[in-house]
Amino acid sequence: MSRRVRVNPIACEAHGMCAELLPERIVLDDWGYPVLEQGPLHGSQLEHALRAARACPTFALLVERERKRGRG
Amino acid sequence: MSASSPTIAQPRPAAGLQPPEPALPRLLSGIRPHGALSLDEHLAVHGPLPGGSGGRRRARERGMMLIAEVERAGLLGHGGAAFPTATKMRAVASARRRGIVVVNAAEGEPASLKDRTLLESLPQLVLDGAIAAAEAVGADEVIVCACESADMGIESVARAIEERTRASSERLPGLRLATVPGHYVAGQESALVSFLNGGPAKPTFTPPMPFERGVGQRPTLVNNVETLAHVALIARHGAAWFRELGTPTQPGSALVTLSGPIAHPGVYEIEHGASLSSLIRAGGGATARVRGALLGGYAGSWVGAAHLDGVALSNEHLAPHGASLGAGVVLLLSEDACPVGETVRLARWLADQSARQCGPCVHGLDALASALAELAGGIAGAGVAQRIDRLASLVARRGACGHPDGALNPLLSALDAFQAEFADHARHGPCAACSRPAEMPLPDRPPSDATARDRPSRA
Repeated sequence: MSRRVRVNPIACEAHGMCAELLPERIVLDDWGYPVLEQGPLHGSQLEHALRAARACPTFALLVERERKRGRG
Repeated sequence: MSASSPTIAQPRPAAGLQPPEPALPRLLSGIRPHGALSLDEHLAVHGPLPGGSGGRRRARERGMMLIAEVERAGLLGHGGAAFPTATKMRAVASARRRGIVVVNAAEGEPASLKDRTLLESLPQLVLDGAIAAAEAVGADEVIVCACESADMGIESVARAIEERTRASSERLPGLRLATVPGHYVAGQESALVSFLNGGPAKPTFTPPMPFERGVGQRPTLVNNVETLAHVALIARHGAAWFRELGTPTQPGSALVTLSGPIAHPGVYEIEHGASLSSLIRAGGGATARVRGALLGGYAGSWVGAAHLDGVALSNEHLAPHGASLGAGVVLLLSEDACPVGETVRLARWLADQSARQCGPCVHGLDALASALAELAGGIAGAGVAQRIDRLASLVARRGACGHPDGALNPLLSALDAFQAEFADHARHGPCAACSRPAEMPLPDRPPSDATARDRPSRA
């Protein structure tokens, strides 16, 4: 089952830890909020993603199993 | 825009067979210029809602049949997103817990009057739709959410609930009215659910989606009030009848709020695919030369005057213009107004309507509004187009709700539709019309932190 990163934009307060810990996938925008490069995570990237999620001070970075979305 | 009496249009596309009987109005049948139809009057126009008898099992069967009928009808949501109604209903119906139905008439859309018109004039049709939907999804509670600024609609629904409850021999779901703060994003699904759960009317992070866990953690069907009014008629007349009007991909009719330089602004019922020019004719014609039209609402798109002639009002016809029917808004802008000045004001208003929860929305919309203001003032300097493009890419799809994405539509499409005017302002600064009073309504309703506790619900 593949996993991917997602940000809860309401919880995110632009601490920027995620871009330090997962630079392969995350850059910061003009205001310090993460811009994610999407796609399934494997190997070391998955490890880095999990580490970044644990390090986020507001728990705004999520590593999720793929799920069907977009209803509503 | 002042509230004006709803009017009925029967604009039809150029091609197509004329049905033997007048096909419109549907929703607006029997409507009066002022005041609501009573339950008796409503029943005289539409007849009774089928069902209402038999045990729970029979009700369940009838419910599943209605969902199938709504699916065959191809009904799409009228709140703006045009999501298939049956898909939502099925999701709530198949959940294990008992569901709840939320009638969304929060209508924070400044250029729309259709939702409050339904509440004000046809509250029993609204209740019909909600009751039918509740039976379909197995819900035992209905909450009608009205915008706090819709005084007459609130009165009218409260009376209708009383009348319905008194008159009814059938088993009714619990019917309740809630008044919701009037700011723009309050009508967003998750914001409504948050408000009904005791929080502020601000969008929340999803999942869970309302149909999974909504009001009181229960699976919640949130439908626009017009969508449910269509359900009330599909329950009576069926899918084939519904499809007699409209286009194959967007069947049926729609309520449209027509405003701007028009002889009779107001709410009209049109067939999907009707031409814009026939709607304007039905509205008594334009009272000034038209520079462009904002279609869909403040999350919709501008179409410039040069392209308006051939425009048909359905999503498939509007897609090539980058527009959609959205919440049924057709706002005409006169030649007297400055589209650049209007866009600058709209951009600032949309930035101010941010619930201020998501960084990219808070900072991005603000920066966009500033960039547009500089452009309009002729002080932006070279590279402003690239700056705006870049800001738009930083805003898109990065909010918890659709507001940032919706806000981009009228701003970016204005740059396109009014290219010459923007270029002129960039070179020469403000024009004479820039300082004229705004033509587009921009109500002063700042995002509110008020919770339901501050505003007790009624009925």
